[in-house]
Amino acid sequence: MGALELKSISKSFGSTEVIKAVDLKVEDGEFCVFVGPSGCGKSTLLRIIAGLEDATDGDILLDGKRVNDVAPAKRELAMVFQTYALYPHLTVRDNMALALKQAGKPRAEITASTDKAAAMLELGPLLDRRPAELSGGQRQRVAIGRAIVRTPKLFLFDEPLSNLDAALRVATRIEIARLHRDLKATMIYVTHDQVEAMTLADRIVVLRSGRVEQVGTPMELYNNPANTFVAGFIGSPQMNFLDAASLGFAPGQVGVRPEHLTISREDGEIAAEVSHVEKLGGETLVYARHPQHGLLTVRLFGEHEYAVSEQVHLTLLLDRIFQFDTEGQRRH
Amino acid sequence: MSARMSTGRTVAAHAVLLTYTLIALFPVFVIVINSFKSRKAIFADPLALPLPGNFDLIGYQTVMKQGDFFLYFQNSLIVTAASLFFVLLFGAMAAFALSEYRFRGNTLMGLYLALGIMIPIRLGTVAILEIMVASGLVNTLTALILVYTAQGLPLAVFILSEFMKSVSNDLKNAGRIDGLSEYRIFFSLVLPLVRPAMATVAVFTMIPIWNDLWFPLILAPSEEVKTVTLGAQVFIGQFVTNWNAVLAALSLAIVPVLVLYLIFSRQLIRGITAGAVK
Repeated sequence: MGALELKSISKSFGSTEVIKAVDLKVEDGEFCVFVGPSGCGKSTLLRIIAGLEDATDGDILLDGKRVNDVAPAKRELAMVFQTYALYPHLTVRDNMALALKQAGKPRAEITASTDKAAAMLELGPLLDRRPAELSGGQRQRVAIGRAIVRTPKLFLFDEPLSNLDAALRVATRIEIARLHRDLKATMIYVTHDQVEAMTLADRIVVLRSGRVEQVGTPMELYNNPANTFVAGFIGSPQMNFLDAASLGFAPGQVGVRPEHLTISREDGEIAAEVSHVEKLGGETLVYARHPQHGLLTVRLFGEHEYAVSEQVHLTLLLDRIFQFDTEGQRRH
Repeated sequence: MSARMSTGRTVAAHAVLLTYTLIALFPVFVIVINSFKSRKAIFADPLALPLPGNFDLIGYQTVMKQGDFFLYFQNSLIVTAASLFFVLLFGAMAAFALSEYRFRGNTLMGLYLALGIMIPIRLGTVAILEIMVASGLVNTLTALILVYTAQGLPLAVFILSEFMKSVSNDLKNAGRIDGLSEYRIFFSLVLPLVRPAMATVAVFTMIPIWNDLWFPLILAPSEEVKTVTLGAQVFIGQFVTNWNAVLAALSLAIVPVLVLYLIFSRQLIRGITAGAVK
């Protein structure tokens, strides 16, 4: 229960159009991630789904029913915010129970579902504290708990991990993935972090300036990007883009991921000069400058010794390259 | 820049602040000490402290006997408290609407509401009096409450709308998703978070209302609706002024406003914003 469909949704603030005719279907139980650079309209789209903003045009369908004019609270969805947005004057228990109280559920049912959510997120000992007495990670768990308690059709996450430190971000990410498996609920998750998108999503929606650039599973986007924008956005470190004509391809760009470039001191297609080396232990990133192609990144596994300003030769793995035309669209 | 200021600068800052405090408090101090002295002692040495030789409660006795001072106090308190309540309530509501909702003419409306800061309400005294006469509100506390509410609103709307803009949108949206009405969001989420600003507005609004002589004199001069400031005028005559009584009345008038100020200033310092949002 919780299929979402957007039919040519548009949104304008005054004369600026921030969402441009977005069509999208999210299947029941799917984990769908909206990803894109800041200002691409992903959060606005999420707020339109939540009912916090009105779409200028288009229809929002939840389980086949048009919900454009339904109040946020009646859409049976729950939202987790970047800033947690816990009610400062209420205890953890009351924070989680508020929505059910507003809906007029019997007291016993409210207690049962808050206890269940608290157990899932190990919030038991914190139930009587106020948000001010919790750490950032605990607050975000409470915010997630508040969403679970409502047993919504649809979970909306608005950059929930952005305010957490790196270690906590990984732990919470795993927790959200586990929740999705346990609850089998439909989740829509907004992030600008492509790692979160790749690790969590069943399907990723890549947005740029209010338009959907590509929709697909993480591996589809990785292996089959539709254009240079998606190719550059998905995958870390970023894909290298080389001038196609000088390599003997049709004019445009050739994209190759850092892991699909080989490096050699003896010979190779492209001669370049090492400008920086990053050693991460498990992998080594070599940045090499080429006069025509610019800075190219090579990702090597394990530890490797390269010196700055050393001359190296790079070779493309020809079966892993992507060709783009001069418009940036993928050439097939 | 070091976190700790040098001793020299600390001393200089304190000297300036203490001098200012002394200058500001001096008139109050003179009023209070002289209210405890006999008439002769007031004129003989206005700056002398009330000591057994010149100590006299005649001023307070006159105030208690003559005139209905408790009634005046009550009137002043009713007018101040009611006006304050309405200014804060309507000011906060207008500020919330201006800062929270996008509608046509939002900015224009904000400017219009703030215009009153620059135009003294006393310019409209004649028109106000005509309105009050026409509506039969002359010599009622309601007249004063209405005028003071109008007088206080522009500044309240202006200050509070700036503060309301700083309240996290996520928090309000969380409330909407949880099914809280806009009124609940306003009263139970937003108002507690702007409490320090409300206290500031309260202090700025309260003091001119309590001290005002103009509108009570014009709109409500009759005995049963007199305020304290107006009541104290009975002791100031054209030929003879009962200074003991005037000073005693003024000293008494300081007390309630001081109490209210203490209450609000505690609110200014306290704040439960911590932990609401990061």
